[in-house]
Amino acid sequence: MSTHSLVAAWTEADLDVVGRVRDVVRAPDRVLATDGARVDPTAPEVVQLAADLVATMRVSPGCVGLAAPQVGESAKVFCVDVSQHPKARDHHGTFVLCNAEVVEASRNERAREGCMSVPDLTGDVKRPSRITVRGQLPGSGEEVTIEAGAFEARALQHEIDHCDGLLFLDRVAGAHAIYARKTYL
Amino acid sequence: MSAVTLHAITVLGHDRPGIIAGTTGRIADLGLNLEDSTMTLLRGHFAMTLVCAGDAGAEEIERALAPLAADGTLTVTVREVPDEQAPAPVGTPWVLTVHGGDRPGIVSAVIGEIAGVGGNVTDLTTRLTGDLYLLIAELELPAEVDADALEGTLRAVAEQLGVGVTLRPAESDEL
Ligand SMILES: [Zn+2]
Repeated sequence: MSTHSLVAAWTEADLDVVGRVRDVVRAPDRVLATDGARVDPTAPEVVQLAADLVATMRVSPGCVGLAAPQVGESAKVFCVDVSQHPKARDHHGTFVLCNAEVVEASRNERAREGCMSVPDLTGDVKRPSRITVRGQLPGSGEEVTIEAGAFEARALQHEIDHCDGLLFLDRVAGAHAIYARKTYL
Repeated sequence: MSAVTLHAITVLGHDRPGIIAGTTGRIADLGLNLEDSTMTLLRGHFAMTLVCAGDAGAEEIERALAPLAADGTLTVTVREVPDEQAPAPVGTPWVLTVHGGDRPGIVSAVIGEIAGVGGNVTDLTTRLTGDLYLLIAELELPAEVDADALEGTLRAVAEQLGVGVTLRPAESDEL
């Protein structure tokens, strides 16, 4: 697996607009269950949305990715950044993709997932741990195809699912694979 | 095969540390074998069902477990049950997820469609957290059921209830 140098070098400064921190919507808001619209990655409102997603992710503790439906916009745009996460290995740092889809996937692994839009639950989800994703960078609109593994692969699939109107709840492994998230004081 | 007497025991009520230890300790003292059990918290209530095998009678078990319910916060029931052979699978395993805003009738409407095609629910969890209602069911569907058509029907039912539904094959890991 090799990282994509253009994507790895990307930062939100490339967007040239200031991101605004947006409110994160929670299930059962229907926007989270709606298949997002494909977007023009060069459109100013999409560039602003990309910047907003990164800004909102940055201020959210432990957040490794955020998708447009989570800020109330039914659109296929998401950001990820797994670089600060202890489970991350090879990764691309912060980046935003538009109209992304998984084009290849292999090596299923099961792991526990949570989501800012489902704050009270976590669940065991089986997902491929080696994937190839194709999408477009916001601003330039350049099409990129990246390989991702391990935790970044999981984060990407979780966010792509959001863009398609799916939550991790739609993929949990079974009736006993869902857990109440506890806060221990 | 010798006939074995089985009893189903339920313990329901206010949660506190030591309920499982107290229940299983008394069961062991009677020489009963714990065959199957499940325990969870339902809206904060302790809820446990066990099946145990052995020679003690229902009244003897009830007497032994009575101290658990002495403070009035737990209800214990004991009932003899017949030996059930695990049924052969009727078809293929599936996982159904339903989530959305809470409203009455979600489970009955959705599960009714499963029953309507001869499907069997083998495991079920529902949760209400905040405004979010979640149902996850493990199902067996008869081989002749068209799962795509069933998912379409479920979607239509879910649409009317304002919830979302996904139906997907249950995968097992062969290690
Ligand atoms: Zn999420």
